[in-house]
Amino acid sequence: MGILGLPSKTDHGFRTPDGGVIHGVMAEFDSAADVYHAAEKVRDAGFQKWDVFAPFPIHGIDEAMGMKRTKLPWIVAGGAITGVSLALLMQWWMGAVDYPLVVQGKPYDAWEPFVPITFELGVLFSAFSTLIGMLALNGLPRWNHPLLKSDRFLRTSDDAFAIVIEAGDPKFLGAETVDMLQGLGAGHVELVEE
Amino acid sequence: MSHLPPDQLTSERLAGRAPDASDWTPEPGSGDGSLTEDPSYRAPLVLNNRSVHEITEIVCGYAEKSPGRWWLPLFGMAASIAGLGQIMILYLIITGVGVWGLTNQVDWAWDITNFVFWIGIGHAGTLISAILCLFKQQWRTAVNRSAEAMTIFAVVCAGIFPGIHVGRAWMAWFLAPVPNSNWIWPNFRSPLLWDVFAVSTYATVSLLFWFMGMIPDLATLRDRADLRLRQNPHQARLPFTPFKPDMLRVYIYGLLSFGWRNSSRHWMRYEKAYILLAGLSTPLVLSVHSIVSFDFATSILPGWHTTIFPPYFVAGAVFGGFAMVLFLLIPARELFPNMKDLLTLRHLENMAKIILVTGMLVGFAYAMEFFIAWYGGNDFEYAVFAYNRALPLWLHEDGAPYWWAYWTMIICNVFSPQVFWVKSLRRNPVVIWIVALLVTIGMWFERFVIIVTSLHRAFIPGEWHMFYPTWVDILTFVGSCGIFLTLFLLFLRFLPIFPIAEIKAILPEADPHGHGDHGHGHGHNQAHGPGAGGVGHGASAIDSADPDAPTQGEGH
Repeated sequence: MGILGLPSKTDHGFRTPDGGVIHGVMAEFDSAADVYHAAEKVRDAGFQKWDVFAPFPIHGIDEAMGMKRTKLPWIVAGGAITGVSLALLMQWWMGAVDYPLVVQGKPYDAWEPFVPITFELGVLFSAFSTLIGMLALNGLPRWNHPLLKSDRFLRTSDDAFAIVIEAGDPKFLGAETVDMLQGLGAGHVELVEE
Repeated sequence: MSHLPPDQLTSERLAGRAPDASDWTPEPGSGDGSLTEDPSYRAPLVLNNRSVHEITEIVCGYAEKSPGRWWLPLFGMAASIAGLGQIMILYLIITGVGVWGLTNQVDWAWDITNFVFWIGIGHAGTLISAILCLFKQQWRTAVNRSAEAMTIFAVVCAGIFPGIHVGRAWMAWFLAPVPNSNWIWPNFRSPLLWDVFAVSTYATVSLLFWFMGMIPDLATLRDRADLRLRQNPHQARLPFTPFKPDMLRVYIYGLLSFGWRNSSRHWMRYEKAYILLAGLSTPLVLSVHSIVSFDFATSILPGWHTTIFPPYFVAGAVFGGFAMVLFLLIPARELFPNMKDLLTLRHLENMAKIILVTGMLVGFAYAMEFFIAWYGGNDFEYAVFAYNRALPLWLHEDGAPYWWAYWTMIICNVFSPQVFWVKSLRRNPVVIWIVALLVTIGMWFERFVIIVTSLHRAFIPGEWHMFYPTWVDILTFVGSCGIFLTLFLLFLRFLPIFPIAEIKAILPEADPHGHGDHGHGHGHNQAHGPGAGGVGHGASAIDSADPDAPTQGEGH
């Protein structure tokens, strides 16, 4: 580490011949089936910082990559509980505490009329926590990414399939990793600079 | 418009300038190929053996190229009508609600009819997106994006009417629970306030759902524009601006797509989020129209005070919404090139069947209202249904002056969908379109019948009044149709009108576990860029699930 420069968060020592810091190596595959089978091999080789890029969610890729279940449902549950509690608190405090108003002689703090708004606000808060939680767990939004500099990478939003192994992975070995990917059937392989 | 050179052939083919490489012909007797009756395999959801790349080209092409000569005149017309509607709203606000035909007796009329009509239209979008998603109905991908867009635009139109109907529109913020100088809060026991929360939650959640679905597709549009810009940095600028068209696309689509980069780790969370939003939207959509119906059902007015209203309103909303989806998409299918490959006759047939089912649910609700009015033994309730709605004035001197509205509703909503029992008729786009138009008209009349005929003759005959719409009433409604159409045309022009990633995921070649029998041949006409294959994978140690998979040459 740090042979060619001071170690930093992204500086893991792998550089291109021109001296640029390497983000990782990108290997393209022909089809969803090819990239799926290659992903299983990369998973079994014990890599951690790597990813499969595909124009659509490939069925079963989470298992092929050995991904853990996402925490997103817990975030959404938190949002739901917050929404429901806030709605109940708001209606009770406004209608029964701050300015009690006689409506049809019903008790001020009857919970029944509070149900619709409680439900709606529960859904509203859950929906926001779903979107925001998903983006936050994915590290989005971000304006740019080293991979987006690669012309060939941009085709993964069209019909290309690629595996990217980051240089920051402890198992990343430069040329040997490139060889391994080619052995897995990769077509074009390229280094992506940071 | 420049294209990616490797994609030149596909682009030419899709534009009809080069012969289609596909040797695919529909089986005889299966219409466009989607109406197969062969139970041994699933009907194709995308016709013509379209490859992943072709899906990108077709759908992105709609947003990147001009859709044709029809768009601008139609947009101009719609925008003018929308402008007229806004002038009517302005006239109402600066003059007062007296410019409408409301009276002391009929104090809800066209305004609330329009509100319920539009909010009902919106429901099909959420139904197609959320409920069909939860039931794993893959055919939803052909219509879900445009139906969701329609939801948003319909809710925009719906939101206008209660806002301006309050009279002093600048006081509309009193609906929100915010502190005001009277130190008084909204009445949380009022269904009208529940409605405020339900409709605003519905609008927000629908927008989130629609937007989240578009993030990967917007990223596709961004990447294509970016690639074109890199390959041709000297694009012509847009007239009178410093912007190149693709530069604008990179910025705008880039901003909206949040830096999405098709990572499978992201896709996993994205799919989970999508299912969660679908699960949240499903009870939401049912609750919204139930709460809209509470506006009526919790009152003691005969004709409104019925417990059947929530399910009856929800079924009607789905019914009217599907009709609007078909009403808009059948012409679009003719106007956009290659759209028939993505929106097949089977899709239309499926929606026609839903119209038939929900039409009969609505018909059952109409019949049940009548039955209960008689069986319940309430004279006022019975009078509303028998003498204020159904019995024509020309048959009986105590008959209903609005009998024509009631029977328009019955003929359009109950009788017209019955043609879909005939297979050839529910597979004919022209017939479906006509029924969709009739249903849309019928559903507007349903709300008119419920609201106006119940109000115009309440308990005391001395209060009985007819309602006559003024020109402002009529033009405001016409204007709201213009607002809806304007927004929908903008959507058709600038956004991905099909869920690109979702359609790709249902293609046979997307299956990583080997192709189905009918998936063979897809790979052969897949147009990879030069070198996308590189070293052919036939040389690799990987066990390919498909021996017919394309073996790309070494050439670049």
